[in-house]
Amino acid sequence: MLLGLVLPTSGTVQLMGEPMPKGARRVLPRVGALIEGPAHYGHLSGRANLALLDAAGPGGSRRTRTARIDTVLEQVGLAGVGRKPVKAYSLGMRQRLGLGAALLRRPELLVLDEPTNGLDPQGIHEIRDLLLELHRGGTTVFLSSHLLAEVEQLCSRVGVLDRGRLVLQDQLATLTAPTGATVVETPDPQRVRAALDGRILDLDAGSAVVRGADPAEVNAALVAAGVPVTGLRLQRPSLEEVVLAAASSSADRVDAPGERSRR
Amino acid sequence: MIAVELRKLFRRPRTWVTIALLNALPVLVAVLLALTDLAPRPGEGPVFLSAVLTNGTLYPLAALAIVLPLFLPIAVALIAGDSVAGEAQGGTLRYLLARPAGRTRLLVAKLVSIMVFVLVTVFVVAVVGYLVGRLLFDVQPLGGTSVSGTALSSTEIAWRTLMAIGYVAVSMLGVAAFALFFSTLTDSPLAAMLGALGILVASSLLFTLDAASSFAPYLPTRYWLAFVDLFREPILWRDVVRGCALQGVYVVVLLGAAWANFTTKDISS
Repeated sequence: MLLGLVLPTSGTVQLMGEPMPKGARRVLPRVGALIEGPAHYGHLSGRANLALLDAAGPGGSRRTRTARIDTVLEQVGLAGVGRKPVKAYSLGMRQRLGLGAALLRRPELLVLDEPTNGLDPQGIHEIRDLLLELHRGGTTVFLSSHLLAEVEQLCSRVGVLDRGRLVLQDQLATLTAPTGATVVETPDPQRVRAALDGRILDLDAGSAVVRGADPAEVNAALVAAGVPVTGLRLQRPSLEEVVLAAASSSADRVDAPGERSRR
Repeated sequence: MIAVELRKLFRRPRTWVTIALLNALPVLVAVLLALTDLAPRPGEGPVFLSAVLTNGTLYPLAALAIVLPLFLPIAVALIAGDSVAGEAQGGTLRYLLARPAGRTRLLVAKLVSIMVFVLVTVFVVAVVGYLVGRLLFDVQPLGGTSVSGTALSSTEIAWRTLMAIGYVAVSMLGVAAFALFFSTLTDSPLAAMLGALGILVASSLLFTLDAASSFAPYLPTRYWLAFVDLFREPILWRDVVRGCALQGVYVVVLLGAAWANFTTKDISS
């Protein structure tokens, strides 16, 4: 709907201050998108695909086209295969090419749906670095993913969708802020209970959760009591816990949880 | 945008395979005729075929008459049916529209590229027919005989052949419009093509049915073979003009429907 593909039955959509789909011709050239996986013409080369897509709409100057294609192929790591037909590409290469197409006009806003789909771990790392670099350059990246690890590593602001409704939207740092407790890892949790009686929030075989937001203070108390400590950290809710809590309002859901996040 | 669509169409191997296959049948018929000297008697078989043994320059017309009833419409329906539905199926439609290509602009560009394809195809069939005709049959430099029996000079034949090429191309526009409309309705290029072909088969069948005579003049295939009238003396314009007008009506109505449907459609594939 944001990109004018699906038309709203009621209500209005605004993208970068312009109404959609009315302002599409003005806004969309400033937006790059990767929607539901990449799609290309298999019989044409990656380079020809990018050239055709660039020529198909406004805002892609013909003069700079070749140079821009070179740049994005370089950026997404396809410079060596730009002339091969796309049907010979692997899934990861197609994903890179789709990302390249989104970057072709140096967009101010990138709308990405599962951008690391089909990539190997090195590829995911590469793309993450590329996105972070674009972000430093001033590009807004709107990422939709159900890979929470990816969201945690990339996003600064997170929204959670539950059955098509935005149930939560906040800074990632706020959502995963310390809870005011410290997790102590120790081979002997019972001795922690003895040393810090009354402050224990949770206890299991290899760790204890202790009230107190200062690990150093907790550590000092434990060491003074002679309790062996193998690890100490502030307790933070993981993004998964945040998402599960936010979406738990509808326990009868049948679909997989979808998260949408933004940075 | 139109240039983009044309590049897409003509850089696609399938387009050329289609055109090549379309030429295979007339060439085969010509070879058989030349080898056996057994032309159908005048008034039987595809039009003009009886005349080509004596004058090979008429073979372009015979070739058009051979491919017109079935092969040419299949080729046009294939390309037109694929135009929008093929992009939808491949997923490239959403990227084109998010580019943004503009829905009306995209539809117009698709239509123009289909029309160019029709023209190129008909023209190639005629040229191949001409070459084959010159190569395999006797050539009468003094022109030929009109269907009405009077003599025609070779320049006149050339003119009328060009007009016939144009008329055949116009006749295909109705098929193209049907296929393009269906192409905006479905995400399956095959369904769009078969839908258009179904209309043509139904039209051809109803045309032969006396009970359907009340609307026979409005069937899309009614005036297809009217290009023969261009070779009467004097030219019998009535059916040719009606054929063009009828195709025009089909094109306007179906394109209107295609536009109305495509510009208000949710692209979810």
